[in-house]
Amino acid sequence: MTRRYPTLKETPSQTAGPYVHIGMNPNVTGIHGVYETDLGTTMKTGAVRGEEITVTGTVTDGMGGVLKDAVLEIWQADADGLFNAPGETRGVADPEFSGWGRAAADLQTGEYRFDTVKPGRVPWRDGRLQAPHISMWIVARGINIGLHTRLYFDDEAEANSEDPVLTRIEHQHRVPTLLAARTADGLYRFDVRLQGENETIFFDM
Amino acid sequence: MKNTPEPHAGYAARDRAWHPPALHPPYKTSVMRAPSAPLLSLPTSLGEETGPVFGHAMLGDMDHDLVHNFAEPGESAIGPRIIVHGRVTDEMGRPVPNALLEVWQANAGGRYRHKKESYLAPLDPNFGGCGRVLTDEQGFYEFRTIQPGAYPWPNGGNDWRPAHIHFSLFGTAFAQRLITQMYFEGDPLIPHCPIVGAIPQKDAVESLIAELDMTRTVPMDARAWRFDIVLRGKRQTLFENRLEGL
Repeated sequence: MTRRYPTLKETPSQTAGPYVHIGMNPNVTGIHGVYETDLGTTMKTGAVRGEEITVTGTVTDGMGGVLKDAVLEIWQADADGLFNAPGETRGVADPEFSGWGRAAADLQTGEYRFDTVKPGRVPWRDGRLQAPHISMWIVARGINIGLHTRLYFDDEAEANSEDPVLTRIEHQHRVPTLLAARTADGLYRFDVRLQGENETIFFDM
Repeated sequence: MKNTPEPHAGYAARDRAWHPPALHPPYKTSVMRAPSAPLLSLPTSLGEETGPVFGHAMLGDMDHDLVHNFAEPGESAIGPRIIVHGRVTDEMGRPVPNALLEVWQANAGGRYRHKKESYLAPLDPNFGGCGRVLTDEQGFYEFRTIQPGAYPWPNGGNDWRPAHIHFSLFGTAFAQRLITQMYFEGDPLIPHCPIVGAIPQKDAVESLIAELDMTRTVPMDARAWRFDIVLRGKRQTLFENRLEGL
């Protein structure tokens, strides 16, 4: 008989639903006065190190329809590749940069926007450097469990070509779905396609 | 050449047969919002094993009291007054301290305070529907609210959501990020719901049903419901165990 270890099962996920904003971005849907500001709207609390960038985009469904009820969160390193978190043991991250942001897609247009900084490179588990990237998590009505993806930068071709995650992807033609396009100075476009043609790569990690 | 230490063992993989699949056709919106390609498996690395930290300074005095946090001075929300409490642990049974819980819900009549909601049940002028709380050092949390009502939704021809409270949870790692819904013991709508029904296993569904807790009920004031939550666990090497004294 095998020995049984007492482990618990993770609480199962459920969809965030169409009214997710009430709890996560109440000011967006007109609930004012409970929270001063919506959590995660400001990632920069002062003069930050590195290049300040803006990322915009939309999330589309399998018929090309833009989701107007999605909420996106990002988590990333600072310009030096350090995380503003207790688990960061390699140095002290930029104290003016939280590294975490939350944005509701615009209720009319579906556009999301993050004002952030371009992250530095972070080591992979074996010590190899990853290309600069931002972790992204997407929830919405119809999404039963939050979707994890990564945003890389199309102007980091050399770093991308040696990234431990991008290089392990079997279907290399799908890699561009993870690349944000630099459309102007400091401005990147990253559109997420949930299903179908050019479907974005999502991770189970 | 010297050996280097093994990287830590990362977070336990999600049991995707326990969670609802992306595609569950009876929940119609999932049909066009479910990825068609399989998820790409990836071990966790530093970016997934760290996450934002929230402190008590962020919380307002009323954030954990939905009965009053949107109400006019001297007034309170209408509906059954309840306390929801429980403990957040990881899969290894370790408490998760300082975890941020954000909750949202409809009012006692099943009406949400949201721009895009048009159910004919009225808004309660003293109820907003949002709250948040941090777990204590042992992982316990508690908030006050009113019991939400069931409400109809345009899915099937006659679909009604069971009474539920939405929960958003942060552990210490971005990999632990979780959104779920809490249901109430004894609600006959639970087995009819296509959103609940997306969860394949019965015991997984049962883990989302809060139990009436008369030991925490406050006489002449509020009933209590207990809802424990489990987040993904970090595998630890023996060395790491010793470091943390576990």
